[in-house]
Amino acid sequence: MADYIIRDSYPVQTAAYESAGDASARIKRKLKQLGIDSAILRRIAVASYEAELNLIIHSHGGELIMEMTPKSIVLISKDVGPGIADISQALKEGYSTASEEARDLGFGAGMGLPNMKRNADSFDITSEVGVGTTIQMGFQIA
Amino acid sequence: MKVVDLMHLLEAENLTKEVSLEGEVTCGYSCDLLSWVLAHGKQGMGWATVQSHVNVIAVSVLMEMACVILVEGVEPEDATLAKALEEGMPILSTEKTAYEVCGIMCKAGVAVPGR
Ligand SMILES: Nc1ncnc2c1ncn2[C@@H]1O[C@H](COP(=O)(O)OP(=O)(O)OP(=O)(O)O)[C@@H](O)[C@H]1O
Ligand SMILES: [Mg+2]
Repeated sequence: MADYIIRDSYPVQTAAYESAGDASARIKRKLKQLGIDSAILRRIAVASYEAELNLIIHSHGGELIMEMTPKSIVLISKDVGPGIADISQALKEGYSTASEEARDLGFGAGMGLPNMKRNADSFDITSEVGVGTTIQMGFQIA
Repeated sequence: MKVVDLMHLLEAENLTKEVSLEGEVTCGYSCDLLSWVLAHGKQGMGWATVQSHVNVIAVSVLMEMACVILVEGVEPEDATLAKALEEGMPILSTEKTAYEVCGIMCKAGVAVPGR
């Protein structure tokens, strides 16, 4: 597997709105300490925030994983369901199945996955209904 | 202009007394959809919203904004205020609508992001 030099995992709970963004903030802080360029850091932070919020809003729980290799940062979002039936539909700007509760808090624009894709240098999503969704995003740092 | 100047211009109240208002407001925006703001937010932004939840601070800090402007007298939740103080993000509160706030910012020459 990857020749990472750092690998951290951050668990994310379903519907944890009050602590939403905490995992991303920790990842951002860590990468800042590691001296990652601020423009790249900003892209990573947006992507990880969107991934974290999707875990909270749409998944049955999962984790964010941050791997650092000499040349890149890899962000992985992994959950245990419910999975996405139609990925190309989910990737469309404006498509959202967010609950009323989530929409009241300002989520549900259907912009999260497009934001991740736009900010990452590489973006890969796989999903199986009833099993879970995995998103892998790569960011070049050298 | 500085956040403190914007505060006077909007006749807004500063809800985060311990936070510096010396930051430069370089552009203005209004939107209540957080992912939309994450797509269009910019550093130095003065962001007018009716959202009062703690995630407003997460988003504004991520975007390195100058301040959050809560419109129409919307009150922040306790967690939002606490997070704003912790992160040093100014929150201004005004009875004005987002429409009025943007009108005032535009008239004062605050830039439209990306232009
Ligand atoms: N981890 C996930 N598990 C299951 N479904 C997901 C997951 N992530 C996204 N989806 C599905 O894809 C849709 C689009 O996701 P996206 O992040 O783009 O928008 P959103 O979360 O609905 O709204 P926004 O991110 O703008 O607040 C979601 O509404 C949901 O149906
Ligand atoms: Mg989303």
